Amino acid sequence: MPVKTVFETKIDHVSILDENGNFDAKLGKGVIPDQDAVALFEHMLTCRHLDEVAFKLQRSGRMGTYPENRGQEATSLGAAYALDKKDWLVPCYRENAGLFWRGLPIEMVLLHWMGDERGNQIDNELCITPLAIPIGTQMLHATGLAWAAKYRQEKQIACTFFGDGATSEGDFHEAANFAANLDLPVIFFCQNNGWAISVPSKIQCSAPTVAQRGLAYGMDCVQVDGNDIFAVVKVTRDAAKLAREKKRPTFIEAVTYRLGDHTTADDARRYRDEKEVESWKKKDPILRLEKYLREKKLWTDKKHEAALAKARETVTAAVKRAEEIADPKIADFFNSMYAELPADLKRQRDTMCTHSLGLDPSQLEGTERQAVNSQH
Amino acid sequence: MANLTLVQAINLALIQEMEADDRVMLLGEDVGPNGGVFRVTDGLHARFGGDRVVDTPLAESGIIGTAIGLAMNGLRPVPEIQFEGFLGPAYDQITTHAARMRTRTRGAFTVPMVVRVPIGGGIHAPELHSDSPEAIYAHHPGLKVVMPASPYDAKGLLISAIRDPDPVMYFEPKRIYRAFREEVPEDEYTIPIGEARVVSEGEELTIVTWGAPVVQCMKAIENSEKSIELIDLRTIYPVDIDAIEESVKKTGRCVIVHEAPKTCGFGAEIATSIMERCFLHLEAPVQRVTGFDTVMPYYKLELEYLPETERISRAIEEVAAY
Ligand SMILES: Cc1ncc(C[n+]2csc(CCOP(=O)(O)OP(=O)(O)O)c2C)c(N)n1
Ligand SMILES: [Mg+2]
Repeated sequence: MPVKTVFETKIDHVSILDENGNFDAKLGKGVIPDQDAVALFEHMLTCRHLDEVAFKLQRSGRMGTYPENRGQEATSLGAAYALDKKDWLVPCYRENAGLFWRGLPIEMVLLHWMGDERGNQIDNELCITPLAIPIGTQMLHATGLAWAAKYRQEKQIACTFFGDGATSEGDFHEAANFAANLDLPVIFFCQNNGWAISVPSKIQCSAPTVAQRGLAYGMDCVQVDGNDIFAVVKVTRDAAKLAREKKRPTFIEAVTYRLGDHTTADDARRYRDEKEVESWKKKDPILRLEKYLREKKLWTDKKHEAALAKARETVTAAVKRAEEIADPKIADFFNSMYAELPADLKRQRDTMCTHSLGLDPSQLEGTERQAVNSQH
Repeated sequence: MANLTLVQAINLALIQEMEADDRVMLLGEDVGPNGGVFRVTDGLHARFGGDRVVDTPLAESGIIGTAIGLAMNGLRPVPEIQFEGFLGPAYDQITTHAARMRTRTRGAFTVPMVVRVPIGGGIHAPELHSDSPEAIYAHHPGLKVVMPASPYDAKGLLISAIRDPDPVMYFEPKRIYRAFREEVPEDEYTIPIGEARVVSEGEELTIVTWGAPVVQCMKAIENSEKSIELIDLRTIYPVDIDAIEESVKKTGRCVIVHEAPKTCGFGAEIATSIMERCFLHLEAPVQRVTGFDTVMPYYKLELEYLPETERISRAIEEVAAY
C-alpha cells in the first residue's frame, strides 16, 4: 500500500451545562460542589459589576483605556478554581475573574488601567504574572515558569491565557513547541472570543478549531464551552493532572464571546453584527449558572439582591482604594529602573532635566566663562 | 484646499496613491472595515476592496515579512504596525531583510514598502503604546525614517515615501493626530524625503526637533523673548544636516528636543554633527531636552517624562544666557 494514513485525530468539545440549563449529570458529577458553585456565581456577579463601573470611570476621565471582560467570566474563573494556589496564572488582560479568585486585589487591576505601574507590583505569593499588553508574549514566560518548577522537581504547573488572535503570533508557536518537546507542565488556555479587536477569528485560524493548533506540536488538545464553568473546570483539572503527573502540556480552546467592545477605545458596532451579539447574550455564563443554581434551589431573589449589594460594596471599596492612593512619584519610577541606579540616571532623577547647562557649575571651572556667567 | 487633521491628510494621501497606482495596497491589523484603531484607513476598505486593504492575522513579523515579499514581487505595500510598541516582532524582518535586500543582492532585489507606525506618548494610552523608537531604525543602514509634524507635511511625505524605491519607516506622532488642522491641498504634491522645515526663523538660538514636540517647542518660543529658529527635521534619516548647519552657524546656539530617551537618541547624532561642522561658530554647548533614560512610564507620569514646554524653556534660557 503506497499511501497509508500515519496520523489521524479528532478534537473533543466538552460541555456540561448548556445554555438552556441542561446539565450532564454523568460528566458533571462532583465537578463543582454546590457551595462552591454559589461562591463562583457571586464572584462572577462582582466581576460583571466591576466592568460596568470601570466603563463609567473611563468615560468620566477617571481611568484610561479598559478592556471589559463581559461574557468571558467563566473561562479564567473556572481555570483558576481548578488549579492549585501555587500554580502560575499567566494572563493577558481579560482574566479579571480568575485573578481575583486567586486573590489579586481588584484595585491592582484598576491601578494598572489608571496608568500606574503599582498595579503590577503583585505579591509573589499569589503566583500571578503582570498583565501582558504585547500579544502572545506571555506564553513563553509561562513555559519558562513551568520549566523552572520542573527543574526544581516541584508540583507547580503554569497556566497561560491568551486570545484567538494571539495564536497567530510566532511567540505562541515557539512556546507550544518548547513546552511539548521539553515535556513542560504548561496549560495553554485560549479564550476564543470570536474577535481580535475588529478581526474575526477565521482570519487567525482557518481550521475548524483553534484547539487543533496544539496537535501540530504533539500536545493534547480539547475544545470546551467557555461559557460553561463546569466544563471549564473539568478540562482544566484534566490538563493540570496531565501536567503535574506526566509533565505534558495541553491546549484548551475555550469557545466564548466578547460581549463588550474590545476596550473602551473601541466601537464594535463598526465591524460586527448586533444580531451576533444578541445571540451570544443568550449564552451568557452568568445567566446559565444562575439558572442552574435556581433549579437546584440554591439561589433566590433575596440572595440575588444581597449578592448584588455585596458586589457593589466590594467594587466601590476597591475603586476608593485605587483612587485614594497617593499620586506616583517620578523619582520612585526612576528608582525602580535598576537594582542600583547608574550615576547619570541619578542626576536626571535629581535635576528632572536631561540638559546639564546651568545645573553643573563644574563645567565652567577654570574657564573664562566662569567670570562671565557668574554675572548672570 | 481642505482643512484637515494629520489623520485625514494621511488618509487622503493613501486614497490618492491607491487611485494613481494599483500596485499600492495596505495590510495590517484592523486596517480593513474598522479603518484602523486610529481611523487612518477609514473608508478605504469600502472604497478599494478587501484585496487592496487587507486585515491580516495578528502577527507583526508576518505583516512585514510578507510585505517584503509583496514588494519584491512588484507591489508597493504599505503595511501598518498598530503601535510602535508592537514593532518588536517585526524588528527582525525590518532590519535583517528590508534594510539589507538591495545591497546584499547588489540591487537585484529591492523592497519599496512604507511601514506606517503611530509613535510617541501624550495620549494617556496603556503600556507600550507611547514609545519613541525612531533612532533605533535610523541606526540601521538601508532604511529611511520619516516623521511628519503637520497635516501638510504628512500628506506630501507619505506620497514621497510610497514612491520611494527603498523601505521607509513612516512614523505618525499620535499626540498630534487630531490636535490641530491645517490647509492641505487636494491636489497631489510631494515633500522630498531628507529636507527639514524651518518652522520659524530666528537669530539667537536654534531648536532642532521632530514629531509631536514641535508643538511644545512653538509654545516655548512664544514664551521667550529671544529670537529663536525652529527646525522640524521631518526626516530623521537621511537627516538634513545642511539645514541644521546653516542655522547653527547663524545662531551659534542649539537645543535639541525629542521624546525618546536621551542616551543614543537621535539628538546625540545631531549634536555630534554640529560639533563636527560648526565647532568654531558655537557660543554655547549644545543641549538636549529629551525623555529620560527610563522606560516610558504609564500615563500618570507621562507628562513628567516627556519634554514639555517648561523643560524646553529652561534649557533655551540657559543656553541663550551662556
Ligand atoms: C504584539 C501586539 N500586536 C498588536 C497589539 C494590539 N492589540 C491589542 S489587543 C489586540 C487583539 C487581541 O486579540 P485576541 O488575542 O483575540 O484577544 P482578545 O482581545 O480578543 O481577548 C491587538 C491587535 C498588541 N497589544 N500587541
Ligand atoms: Mg479574541
